[in-house]
This record gives sequence, structure tokens and C-alpha cells, in this order.
Amino acid sequence: MAAAITLKVNGQERAVSAEPETPLLYVLRNDLALNGAKFGCGLAQCGACTVLVDGDAVRSCVTEIGSLQGRAITTLEGLGTLEKPHPLQEAFIAEQAAQCGYCIAGMIMSAAAYLASVPKASEAGLRQALVGNLCRCGTHGRILRAVLRAAKAMGKA
Amino acid sequence: MTAPALSRRAFAKAGLGLTLAFALRPPFAFAAPAKGLPGSLAGNPMLDAWLSLNGDGTVTVMTGKVELGQGILTALAQIAAEELALPLARVRMLSGDTAATPDEGFTSGSQSIEYGGTAVRLAAAEARAILLERAAQRLGVAAAELTLADATVKAPDGRSLSYGELAKDGMLHREATAAAQPIPPLEHKLVGKAVPRLDIPAKVTGSAIYVQDMRLPGMLHGRVVRPPRYGAALASLDETAVRQLPGVVALVRDGSFLGVVAEREEEAVRAREALMRAARWEGGAALPETDGIHAYLRSQPHEDTVVSEKAGEAPAEARALGASYTKPYIAHASIGPSAALAEFREGALTVWSHTQGVFPLRRDLAKALRLPLGAIRVAHAQGSGCYGHNGADDVALDAALLARAVEGRPVRVQWMREDEFAWEPYGAAMTVELEAGLAADGSIVRWRHEVWSNTHSTRPGEAEGDNLLASWHLASPDRPARPHGIPQPNGGGDRNAVPLYDFPNQRVVSHLIPAMPLRVSALRTLGAYANVFAAESFMDELAAASGADPVAFRLRHLTDARARAVIETAAEKAGWRAGMKSDGARGRGIGFAKYKTLSSYVAVVAEVAIDRGSGEVRVPRAIVAADSGQIVNPDGLANQIEGGIIQATSWTLKEEVRFERAGIASRDWAGYPILTFPEVPAVELTLIDRPEEKPLGAGEAAAGPIAAAIANAFAHASGVRIRDLPLTPQRVKAALA
Repeated sequence: MAAAITLKVNGQERAVSAEPETPLLYVLRNDLALNGAKFGCGLAQCGACTVLVDGDAVRSCVTEIGSLQGRAITTLEGLGTLEKPHPLQEAFIAEQAAQCGYCIAGMIMSAAAYLASVPKASEAGLRQALVGNLCRCGTHGRILRAVLRAAKAMGKA
Repeated sequence: MTAPALSRRAFAKAGLGLTLAFALRPPFAFAAPAKGLPGSLAGNPMLDAWLSLNGDGTVTVMTGKVELGQGILTALAQIAAEELALPLARVRMLSGDTAATPDEGFTSGSQSIEYGGTAVRLAAAEARAILLERAAQRLGVAAAELTLADATVKAPDGRSLSYGELAKDGMLHREATAAAQPIPPLEHKLVGKAVPRLDIPAKVTGSAIYVQDMRLPGMLHGRVVRPPRYGAALASLDETAVRQLPGVVALVRDGSFLGVVAEREEEAVRAREALMRAARWEGGAALPETDGIHAYLRSQPHEDTVVSEKAGEAPAEARALGASYTKPYIAHASIGPSAALAEFREGALTVWSHTQGVFPLRRDLAKALRLPLGAIRVAHAQGSGCYGHNGADDVALDAALLARAVEGRPVRVQWMREDEFAWEPYGAAMTVELEAGLAADGSIVRWRHEVWSNTHSTRPGEAEGDNLLASWHLASPDRPARPHGIPQPNGGGDRNAVPLYDFPNQRVVSHLIPAMPLRVSALRTLGAYANVFAAESFMDELAAASGADPVAFRLRHLTDARARAVIETAAEKAGWRAGMKSDGARGRGIGFAKYKTLSSYVAVVAEVAIDRGSGEVRVPRAIVAADSGQIVNPDGLANQIEGGIIQATSWTLKEEVRFERAGIASRDWAGYPILTFPEVPAVELTLIDRPEEKPLGAGEAAAGPIAAAIANAFAHASGVRIRDLPLTPQRVKAALA
């Protein structure tokens, strides 16, 4: 039987009824209707499902919800909204840093973890931080510019 | 036909309506252009098939073109807003729906601006003319004294009539004449401006806009189990264990089609894994080996077409050179595996799909499901970028087959990563053989281009056969349509095989190979990537043989002013100097093409850095000049060209579908690596705007030129020519050894 598990998602306690070994990704998308994290490979190879757990970028497609009780999960929706976007979201809009956009939530979450981990952002450091996030449309240049723009707005440039 | 505009508006609001009255011609109309109307108006001449002037001050644009991440809906909205003097916020886009939009075939080939954009522009210009004429009558004022603003027509004395009011009685229910003059480019306020894409704010904040984000009440989740290799048949299946798994609602087994429906997505994924263990497969075709594939394909029967032949007077040929180039199978490799949502209700099927063509998909769904066209509605919903014909159409049939087993409950299906890599139709492996005759002065007097390739389109919607994957696996199977070439000037395997240079003598032959050991179809650029890579590599080889600078050598054979301009611009921006020496590790090269010989002009100078120890090739910088005629949205165009450069850099340096006798070996990102952030070039782009020229698509135009530029830069840096793609470390080390 599926147990009730309480997860702390975007600052709210959310009770979900799913097996403890259920990958977080499916719970976020289907139970909590959070669209940001995407299924890309289910193998932790592409980064489309990236979310933050206690500030670290993790692949939600291979992270079991049973391991997450009491930990703070942040998704793209938890960063900001259309009305009140996070500086990263503002910067992605300003730089028009998306084509199909499927990878973008993962990009923004990995970038958020990177910016939180460094006093000053650099392009070389950012490229390395995003090495596990794949983009197929070739939007990389804009994504780099968007994150560096956000870094400036966040006093990390 | 009653109040079509109203019906369509109501539909757009409800989103789920099945039947409504509208002004479209019957299916298949797209194939039969009427009256020589321009662009997509030809197959869809009714004005109210394109536009609805709504009572709330908005205008709805109906388009058969669909958003694939290329920004087309924003560009089309700009065009309509411009002609109707509207702020962009008042334009609503309704796109790709067999129940509501014109049939514009596929959204492909970088043609949406040219065909779909032309139709929207002319329809909107004509609507404006009719609005002015009607308002002039009703207000008793000369049309020339009226002004348009905010969806109203205003008289000098302050009286005004809204578009919705003027259009109430079916004003647009008439055939287009294409006689109304669109707004001259120099007066454009929106077209030509870098308008922000309409879809990006939603994409960076997690709004529900992908088919993967759709959640209908009572929705179930489906997964499919494919055979281990092409042609294998399901011999036996022990269903007991799978049926007992939590959440499993239905198992669907129809011939060798196998799928499962479950309450929760992870339950469907687990049930799929159990099914894979429970299924025993037999037979199937042994594949050739990856490394011998080009010889294998050339040994197969082929259908030959002389695509271009020219015999003219020329100086005597002093010597001849020849070379042969190859390109492997390349995967679309979308980041999100293909997905669809389907629902059967009272014998009618609705499918939400990220297909490139809702109407052609509907035709093949109808065949596979033995349903009349009228019982099926296909509506576009965005997915991950596709770059051509990937699994999008196939998964739509998968979802329909699973939904049929649980009638009344919608089923969402997403392929797993290995489904996409192992079953998508790849871009075909190709060989290009070139030969040229040089005069004593080094100029080219004769050119021969021969290309061996499978077809580049096995898309759905053909008259005969069914091109949806699952249809071949059913107990009562359909057969795929017979493969065919695509006629020039677009071309398939021979796309861009006809030289762009002025050669006095030329012969271009296309060898179409019907046998397809691997499933293939349309991938961005079709054959143009290989043909341009080969021809532009060979131009450098000929320049070297003539002791000429590659840029000067190209210009010497080129009279087209727009072609010369992109080459000169790219060379100038790159600081190109004839005779630049290389240190053995760094080099630069140029590549050029006029896409499809009739579309955008692109020239690229690439810089490469070679690590001779590891064999790794990097492209730190690409300098690009592009002429896409009139620019509708410069930032959108830039995004498309930058993307084309980066994706094709990835193809050129890294990509090759691997396979062995037992089946496809590239089944995940480890088995099919693509370019990562540290490897991505900086792209420096110059756009040449030609406001008086026809707007042209550009998404694909850069791929061939960047491949050649990289190969030429590699040769410049190392002194060694590599003619087989991709430039993997292994191949580079072997070449430099």
C-alpha cells in the first residue's frame, strides 16, 4: 500500500500518497501539478528534471521520495512566478533564452545552485556547472548570457 | 455555413469541442493549390479560415503551422498585428487543429514564414481593406480618411466602429483575392522588430504548455514495450505477474504491439519493465555493422535521377580531382521523449500531439485504427523540440491504441529514453562523390556531384501505406508507404546537391536507395547537410590545388550578389586574411550555402582547436553572416541560426547512431553523446536585412555551412583532410597518426 509521505515543496508541506521508492519527478508533475521539472531520460543523464534539495541541484528522476522527508525541495515554480519572477527567470526572458524550452527549467535550477555556491559567477565556471544539462535546440549561448545577467542582478558578477 | 467566426471563437474558449461549422475545404485540399493564390492561401482560400475578428476586440489567427520552439506563432502574430494595426496583446493564436485551422501540411523545411506567413499577411491585409470599405459605407466617410487603432475603425469626427461589429455578419466568409496591398515594409512598426516570444515567460515559470503537462480528469498513464530489434515478433508473453502489479488497468497486446495502462505514471513505468521481462521475441532483421554502412548501402539497388546537367563552353580542362565524403545516421535526439494524450469517447478519438502536421497524422491514425477521418480530431500541443520527424507521430498512435482499451478515460503516453533513441526515424547515412575539372588558371570548368542516400521523408499522410510505427506491429498490420525522393528544387537526399557556383559544365546525380536497414525520415536539412559539407569541403580542396585562398576562390566562381555578400561579410567579421598560417593546432575555415538553392544565404567562418594528444576537436568560435530576405523578428531569426550552428557543430564533432547485428546500440545519452556546455562555440552573427525581399526561413540554413567550415578549419589547422563525419577523437587520432 502506498504510504502517505509529507514533502516540503517550495516552502509548503505537501502530503502525497505514493510508494517511498517513487521518483520525485512523477510526484511533482502528477500529484502536485508542478510542470517545471521534465522527464528527459530517467537516467540522470540530461538534467531536464533538475530541482533543488536543500539548495543542491539533484536529478528528480532518480531521487526517491522516501529519502526526502524533512528536506526542502525547490522547483522552478518555487523560484518565482509570472507576476513575481526570480532574477534568473527575468534574465531568461530578457535574453529570450529558450527555443522549445523543454530543458530550461533544469537549466535554471542548475544555474540557481551554481550561483548560490560561488561568490562571483564566471562564464567558465558556469559552463562547467551546466555540463550535465543537455540542450538540443542550441540555445546554450543565450542560456549563458541569461545566467550571467542574473548573476549581475544578484550581485554575483 | 452559419457564423463560422463565432463557432471558432467558442471552440477556442472551450478547447475541447468536437464538431463545429467552419470554412475549411475538405481534407486533402492542401495538395491541390487553387487559382495560384500565394503561400498557404492556395489550399485554404477562405479568409475566415485564417482570421476571426472577435467581439471582445481581439483577433484570432488560425494557422496550420505549429510551435516547435522556433517562435513561429510569435512571428505570425506580429504579421497579423501589423496588417490590422493591433497591439500584439490583442492577437490570439489558434494553431494546428484538425477541427479548427487550415491544413498547411507539415511545419517543416524552414517554410512557415514563407508560406504560412504569406497567407496570414495577405488575409489580414485583405481583412483590413474590407474593414475600411465597410466602415466607409456605414460612416459615410471616404476610406482614405479612416484610421485603424485598437481593433476599431475611426472617422475624423470621432465616430468609430469596432472590428467585431463590422465583421459580425460573416464579412470574412469569402475567398481571398490576394489583391489587397500589404503594408509596405518601410512602414512596419512590429514586423522586423525583435518582439519577445509569446511563449517564453510561460516556459521559464513552469506554466502548463507542453502535452506532457496536460492532465485531464480521470487520466491514466501508458507505456509501450517495443521489440528488441526491427522486425522481431512477439512469440509469447506471461501476463500473470504484470496484471497483478499495483495500478495496472489494462494490458494491450495486438500482434507484436505491446503496451500497458496504469493509474500512476511510475506504475506504468514499472509495469513496462515487468512486461519486458515477461515477453519473448523471435526473429527480426540482422543489421549491418556501423563501420561498414556506407559500402553496404552503396551495394544495394538504387534508383538514379540526373538532377541537373549543364554543358557549356569553357577553357580546356588541365586536370581533374575527385573525393568522396560520408555522413552517418544522425538522431533527432529530442531532450524530451515523444508524448501524446488520447481519449476515445463514443467512438470518437481526440489526440493531443506535438506532431509537425495534425492533418497528415490524422490520415495515418485513421488507417491504423480503421476509423473514418471525421471520427478523429488531432490538436497540436507543444512538446520537446523535434528538428524533423521524430517519434511524435508514432506515440500518437500508441496513445490511441492504449486509450481504445480504456474507452472514456484519457491516456497520456511518453516514450522512455531508449524508445526514442532505438525507434525514432534517423537522418539517413549518405555518401557524396565529387569530381571537378580545373583549367590551367585554376578555375573550375566541370563539376560532378553524385549522392547515395535513403529517402529523407517517411512522414505520415502518404496516399498509400501507413507510416506510423505501431501500425506495422498490429495483428492486422499496415505496411509503410513506399519510400520516395523529394523533387527538386527542394530535394531530399539531393537537397543542395545542385551547385550554387557558376560552373560551365555540371552533372548532378541522385541515387535513391530504397532498402532501409535502419528506419529513416526527415531530420533538419534532409540531404543538405551532407551535400553542403561535401561540396564546400571540396571547394577548399580545389582552392588548395589551385593555390588560391578559399574565400577568393569561392567569390571567383560566384556572381549572385547576395551570396557574395554573406561570404564577404563573414570573412570580414572574422578578420579573414589570405594565406594565414596555422600552428598545427588551430585553424579557420569557411563554408557557404544558399539553403535548398532557393532560400536563406549563410556563410560561416569556424575556428577550431585540435588537441593532438587526445584527438579532441573544439570549435571555440563561429562567425556567421546570414541573409534571410525580409526579417520578421531579428531576435527570433538569430535564435534559430545560433541554434542551427550549435546543433550542427554537435552533429559534426560527435554524432553517429551506433548499431550492431543485434540492433541499435545508441540507446541513451551515454551511447549518443551530444555537445555539452564547455564545448559550445561562441556564435557571432551578422544578419543582412533585405526588407524588399521575400522573408525566408533560416532554422536549417546554417547546418551545412558550419559542418564544412569546421572540416575546412580542421584541414587548415592540421594539414589533413577528413572526409567522413563525425570528427570524433578516434577518427582524428587515426588521421593525424
